[in-house]
Amino acid sequence: MELTALSLSAAAALLRAGEVSSVQLTEAALQRTAAADGKLHAFLHVDAAGAMLQARAADASFAAWRKDPAGAQPAAVAGLPLAIKDVLCVAGLPATAGSRILQGFIAPYDATAISRLRAAGAVFTGKTNTDEFAMGSSTENSGYGPTRNPFDLARVPGGSSGGSAAAVAARMAYGALGSDTGGSVRQPAALCGLVGLKPTYGRVSRYGLIAYGSSLDQVGPLARSVADVALLLGAIAGHDPLDSTSLNEPVPDYAAALQASSLSGLRVGVPAEYFAAGMQPEVEQAVRAAIEQLRALGALPRPVTLPHTAQALPTYYMIAPAEASANLARFDGVRYGPRVAGGSLWEQVRATRGAGFGAEAKRRIMLGTYALSAGYYDAFYVRAQQARTLIKRDFESVFKDVDVLACATTPTTAFKLGEKVDDPLTMYLSDVFTLAVNLAGLPAISLPCGLDAGGLPIGLQLIGPALSEVRLLQVAQAYEQAAGWQAPQLAV
Amino acid sequence: MAISKTEVQHIAELARLQLSEAELAEYAVQLSAVLEYAASLNALDLAGVPPTASVQALHTVLRADVVRPPMERDVLLANAAETAAGCFRVPPAQE
Repeated sequence: MELTALSLSAAAALLRAGEVSSVQLTEAALQRTAAADGKLHAFLHVDAAGAMLQARAADASFAAWRKDPAGAQPAAVAGLPLAIKDVLCVAGLPATAGSRILQGFIAPYDATAISRLRAAGAVFTGKTNTDEFAMGSSTENSGYGPTRNPFDLARVPGGSSGGSAAAVAARMAYGALGSDTGGSVRQPAALCGLVGLKPTYGRVSRYGLIAYGSSLDQVGPLARSVADVALLLGAIAGHDPLDSTSLNEPVPDYAAALQASSLSGLRVGVPAEYFAAGMQPEVEQAVRAAIEQLRALGALPRPVTLPHTAQALPTYYMIAPAEASANLARFDGVRYGPRVAGGSLWEQVRATRGAGFGAEAKRRIMLGTYALSAGYYDAFYVRAQQARTLIKRDFESVFKDVDVLACATTPTTAFKLGEKVDDPLTMYLSDVFTLAVNLAGLPAISLPCGLDAGGLPIGLQLIGPALSEVRLLQVAQAYEQAAGWQAPQLAV
Repeated sequence: MAISKTEVQHIAELARLQLSEAELAEYAVQLSAVLEYAASLNALDLAGVPPTASVQALHTVLRADVVRPPMERDVLLANAAETAAGCFRVPPAQE
């Protein structure tokens, strides 16, 4: 049995049945990483020794449970090797957020998503590459070099959670965590043929997530099946006193909810604005075919309109950089990160920041500082916040008539490295179908729905009202089972 | 919505970013392009539309007033470039 080919859920079932050990699963993942990651660069840091310790501890907990079945059963994610995006703090491991300004930083504590997984007995094999501070759509903005798409090494895996996506798609990990501020879980999931979920704003704690756009950021799982993503979401979701924006709402048993899913009578909105000019024709065809598949399963697709869709991109590129410029003010070489010494305190701060931040981080800090500066605040920042209200209302209005929305995750499949890196606006357009969801704080899932002529994966995006994760997962799984999608041949 | 190199220099100063001449020139072009794009929001009728700062109803969350052990000082200082006597060390802020 090729262990790394197992889905997270299949690995979990075998582990529970005693047919495989966490040590075996972890060794397989680490060996695969050692063999493949030289070409992919999905990981910024591999913690083989720490992962093996966690794996042995998980195996011990299963052994204790088998000896005493009346005792505590190990949690659903116990013993499962996961990759963690480098914007999340894992105590004792480096956390660079893909930035040179955090080179050498060792996280002193766990993010809440991590401490929950740790308490549940999960295994962390390493930290994955990301666009610097999660700002980007290709991982080319990483301060440590880009990640490559495991299905075509000349192409990007998407971003900013591109390292997590490449790690899971290339079978170096069974599942991963990413973060999604404007599409950074869904877009790389689409480009790497994975399932990726962006939870409702507040569903997962942001404590220990290095902040980019605080009113938009959410931690989300990436994996190779809908059931896998449900398993991971259940492990990380829930209220956290350490994040004042985390929702104090009960967490459903997402994995169990997948048992009973019928699409009969499900109202599926097909937003006209999400089938815009400039889309790769094969992407549109695959998404329309997927919607027909939902109809065949009993759903009732109907056209809907989200009139302010065109404003989502300019709104996002005011609000996210404004929040980023404030969040990134803390990187000054005083408390963490390398310091460029010399001169007065302010000279040192300027030099440290000038040397430590990469081009895109600087660009967004500048843009955000401009939008928040005297004389421009009302014209840019407040206008964008007002436009955000209209975008949010579009969704509130449409969800009176439909249960979910179906559209493409990205306008194109994976593009070539270097293709868009010199033209920020063109790069920003990669997220044109995902940004509005963050502005409205809604949950959305991306799952594979076909391949283009070049054999590259295409993503279907399903969007729901706040806290509709159960329904999104149910619809996604019904489609997944009916479509029977197979990942293309790996290039590594 | 063209912004000049002087304006870029001013924003860089506000953001405490040291930029090279080449960066100043590059950002003048790129920021102008993004700001021009953002100006498309001017076409919207936003009269009377309240701004959204957060999708959640804003409220102050207070924790219980209970004393808890803080993180260890040595752990928190471990990532700093320079420390002295249990503090972060920096050059004088006032000459």
